[in-house]
Amino acid sequence: MTEPVLDITDVTVHLGGREVLSDVDFRLRSGELVGLIGPNGAGKTTLLRTALGLVPVHRGTVLVGGRTPRQAQGTLGYVPQRHEFAWDFPITVEGAVATGRTHLTGLLRRRTAQDREAVADALDRVGMAELRTRPVGELSGGQRQRVLVARALALRPQVLLLDEPFTGIDAPTQELLSTLLTGLRDEGVAVLMTTHDLAAATALCSRLCLLNRTVVADDEPAALADTDIWLRTFGLDRAEQLLKALGVTG
Amino acid sequence: MTAAFEFLTAPWEYDFWRRALLVALMSGLVCGVIGSHVVLRGMAFIGDAVSHAVFPGIAVAFVLGSNLVLGGAVAGVVTALLIAVFTQNRRLKEDSVIGIFFAASFGLGIVILSTAPGYGGSLESFLFGSILGISDSDVVSVAVIGAGVLLCTALFNSRFVAATLDREQARAVGLPVFWLDVVLHVMVTLAIVISLQAVGNILVLALLVTPAAAARLLTDRLGAMMLLAPSIGAGGSVLGLYLSYAFDLAAGGLIVLTLTAIFLLCWLFAPRHGLLTRPRRTAVPAVLAEEKS
Repeated sequence: MTEPVLDITDVTVHLGGREVLSDVDFRLRSGELVGLIGPNGAGKTTLLRTALGLVPVHRGTVLVGGRTPRQAQGTLGYVPQRHEFAWDFPITVEGAVATGRTHLTGLLRRRTAQDREAVADALDRVGMAELRTRPVGELSGGQRQRVLVARALALRPQVLLLDEPFTGIDAPTQELLSTLLTGLRDEGVAVLMTTHDLAAATALCSRLCLLNRTVVADDEPAALADTDIWLRTFGLDRAEQLLKALGVTG
Repeated sequence: MTAAFEFLTAPWEYDFWRRALLVALMSGLVCGVIGSHVVLRGMAFIGDAVSHAVFPGIAVAFVLGSNLVLGGAVAGVVTALLIAVFTQNRRLKEDSVIGIFFAASFGLGIVILSTAPGYGGSLESFLFGSILGISDSDVVSVAVIGAGVLLCTALFNSRFVAATLDREQARAVGLPVFWLDVVLHVMVTLAIVISLQAVGNILVLALLVTPAAAARLLTDRLGAMMLLAPSIGAGGSVLGLYLSYAFDLAAGGLIVLTLTAIFLLCWLFAPRHGLLTRPRRTAVPAVLAEEKS
């Protein structure tokens, strides 16, 4: 098996004096598309932010391509939740996507042909090339999500982390993003996304990681048919409906 | 025709008017550029804080008889840094921290100034500006500091944009968000310090915020906004000064009122976004309605 591009070993994270992640073990390899599943407050976003070097690790090790997250900063593609972005800012779609490469450009340097090409490619991949001169404030929710994905892709990353990319978007956009993510996976990009859309995750992902402060289960969707795992992850008493939706009842 | 020409040229006969016009022009320009970032980031209150924070520095410089611009800059930068540091504590909201420091520094300024004999007159000129009492060396300080601010803004512009658009992503790719905040705060401070003599401590916020807000109404492009805001700022300041000359009324107040009038015109008549020019029945754009639901 190939070396993992993201290697999280026995990681414990404290935020505001509270233990948010406990002894988390997680690995992500090139060509994998993994869904990070869990209830609100399970630490999904924190796990992504840990990989990005935005959260101090209390115990354990995080390696991104063999380097610390701090050293690897600027190489990972990151798609935060949509509300993190100032959509009222006077900037075009193209300009917003180009900010994904700002940190690569020196203070005295202008954008290079390589930068422009990467931005154009990213816009093409999310199907936003035609809207590239539109102000971001005039976009729909689905278009906004595509802009954020394009901004991450403008880096041409080997690891792509997405925080709830499917929340609040319509079926066509969801389909477009699904096709895009599987395409990236096939090109060898390592993709990790958090989601509350269990049905989509089951259909799309090669592996699901069930998280609730710690990893409850981590396997192919088909291997997660044990009702108990889902009950433990979500703290439910009855899980019939949930499991029926997932098609794991047997 | 000749009357209009005379109206335009007459003030230039006087040295103090030439200096006043130059300073008004440069202040409007620099404040318009940096004000665009202030408006887009929603940090108008920081501008307010810094303009008050500059006060004790000026008071100290006045009492010691040293350069007022330098004193103000030091005090403003120290306060801007304090605000940047204290707001890293998530339990305190930025506006509370700002409220604490700007009131404190203003209080300190008044106490320091009250130690100087006959402080009433100088207090007034700090608070309301003294654009007709500007010296040649002041003009040079304004030009040099203003050029520095413009150069620095040009260098850091795309980074400021990235940090304002999405702090989370900016941090994630390793942009030094905290230090970018510090640089932006320092730029705001310097823009305020060089504009203090034109419109005074209390009104300087208008020079920073009003032209940029008016420009925002006119365009959805940052590039255009950063050209329009300084144009409005410089044009409005010079026009205000002319009005003050023509009617013999307070210069600082007229500059601010001229800028406000421009803002109101933009609010009413801006293409697409103006109250009287936007298409009917689109009070809430469909996109926003969808996003809010």
